[in-house]
Amino acid sequence: MHTQPNVLQVDNLNIAAKSSRGALPLVRNVNLELKPGKVLGLIGESGSGKTVTSMALMQLLSQRSMHVQGSIQLHGQELNGLPAQAMRNIRGKDIGFIMQNPMNAFTPVYTIGNQFVETIRTHTGLGKKQAVELAIASLESMNLEEPAKLMKKYPFQLSGGMLQRVMIAISMSLRPAVVIADEPTTALDVTNQLQVLNELDRLRTECGTAILLISHDLGVISQLADEVAVMRHGEIVEQAEVCELFDRPQHEYTKNLLQARPMLSGNEALNRLVI
Amino acid sequence: MTLLEVKDITHSYGASRSFWRKQDVKPVLSGISLSIEEGTCLGLLGSSGAGKSTLGKVILGLEKPQKGQVIFQGQDVYAMDAKSRQQMRRNLQVVFQDSYSSVNPRLTAEKIIAEPLENYEKLSAGEQNRAIASLLEQVGLSSSDMKKYPREFSGGQLQRINIARALALKPKMIVLDESVSSLDMVTQTTILDLLQDLKKMHGLSYLFITHDIRAAYSISDAMAIMHKGQIAEVFHNKDEVFTSQQPAVKSLVDSMLPEHPRYRNAAAPTEAKKLFSR
Repeated sequence: MHTQPNVLQVDNLNIAAKSSRGALPLVRNVNLELKPGKVLGLIGESGSGKTVTSMALMQLLSQRSMHVQGSIQLHGQELNGLPAQAMRNIRGKDIGFIMQNPMNAFTPVYTIGNQFVETIRTHTGLGKKQAVELAIASLESMNLEEPAKLMKKYPFQLSGGMLQRVMIAISMSLRPAVVIADEPTTALDVTNQLQVLNELDRLRTECGTAILLISHDLGVISQLADEVAVMRHGEIVEQAEVCELFDRPQHEYTKNLLQARPMLSGNEALNRLVI
Repeated sequence: MTLLEVKDITHSYGASRSFWRKQDVKPVLSGISLSIEEGTCLGLLGSSGAGKSTLGKVILGLEKPQKGQVIFQGQDVYAMDAKSRQQMRRNLQVVFQDSYSSVNPRLTAEKIIAEPLENYEKLSAGEQNRAIASLLEQVGLSSSDMKKYPREFSGGQLQRINIARALALKPKMIVLDESVSSLDMVTQTTILDLLQDLKKMHGLSYLFITHDIRAAYSISDAMAIMHKGQIAEVFHNKDEVFTSQQPAVKSLVDSMLPEHPRYRNAAAPTEAKKLFSR
């Protein structure tokens, strides 16, 4: 296990917003390692810098308003400071991204199929017919019914849960080495939530994708993560194996976070029942 | 004493006929009956599209149902004169999910909370100011926040302001439509605790609409599960939710996420899939 090379390695990541009062630090000294087939959970309350970190990994922060310092290496290739064109080739192909709100992630005026095929053809040399086949196969693997019909639909015709699964299908269709899932299930209801998490779990076992799972929901983290990093005020205050973190939280903030969960009133019998 | 009674509500959308074709009418609510006792909280659960929010709107008097009655404090909400309606609005308040879209971005916190007071109570400037300050303190903010605008608050803080506004007229009941769903866990728990304290302090009743069993369980006295526009089951003893064999209830319970990584939910929700596939 220890010999596995890291897919994504982040060293000393510092992010600051440029403002009239000088640089405003948002994220300080963040170090992360993603291993193939493993899920790293990133938790923290709103405003702690989780999303800004993920945006930096994708190089989506505007250089005009943000300073991004440090090293972000994908398979040993430095991403920070890479020209925009080169980064565009990596985004979507090598790093997949699943966003919180599926309704905003699609263009409303094109069909699902149109957007799916566009993504595939941008990154591969596939012909239109092959791309359609790949899209349908990916949708099928997401347990979406009647994928061929789905391809002709517009985003607003699907429910949030279905659209989120379509987004995962798109980001997984090119078998990226890394997927960044930023609150992938927050907008979904409980039944869809578990289904989406199970799909992510299946994909990382089958394709060996490394997943960075960002969430404030400890239920989501306990369901999927192997390792957890706790973020607060732009810094990682604690990082540990998931069971270890839940059983023996070290940092005061992590303890508070774990206590903040609405528990089923500590009723052990009920807990077992639910489990 | 029964505060609110919902009798056999049936409602549907898309009933208007277009010139080109007869639109199919989709029933959103069919034959819903519920009641809420004074000083208790009813958790209304269901997956998305079950009709929870529509029922909330019907109860608030915002969406006239095609059939059925809503009785609040012994009076039919849709058959009352203007004066009783005004009284009803005072006693029945609401807090929605999206805190930012529930407030006017151009008003300060003070003005936002003052609005119901100005409409219903004739207070002097000093009294009103004191009332607002005490409301802000009740929800865990300070009177120094009065002059701030919505954009200066975080989502959790703004939700507290929405709660303060709902409390301003000392209502009998508050409809909480996914009021804590978009907040992070720490904020969620503090707001749930706050709601529970306020309930005890003022003898409030809540209709707590959510899809999160855990949150509903922690605050409710009774729970009702909705599925496809109908009440699947009502639990007066909320612990029975976890042992119910009703398929809609079971699928919600089965898809709960674990509290600890040791208890991962390995079961593929096949039941759920069957139930919710269209």
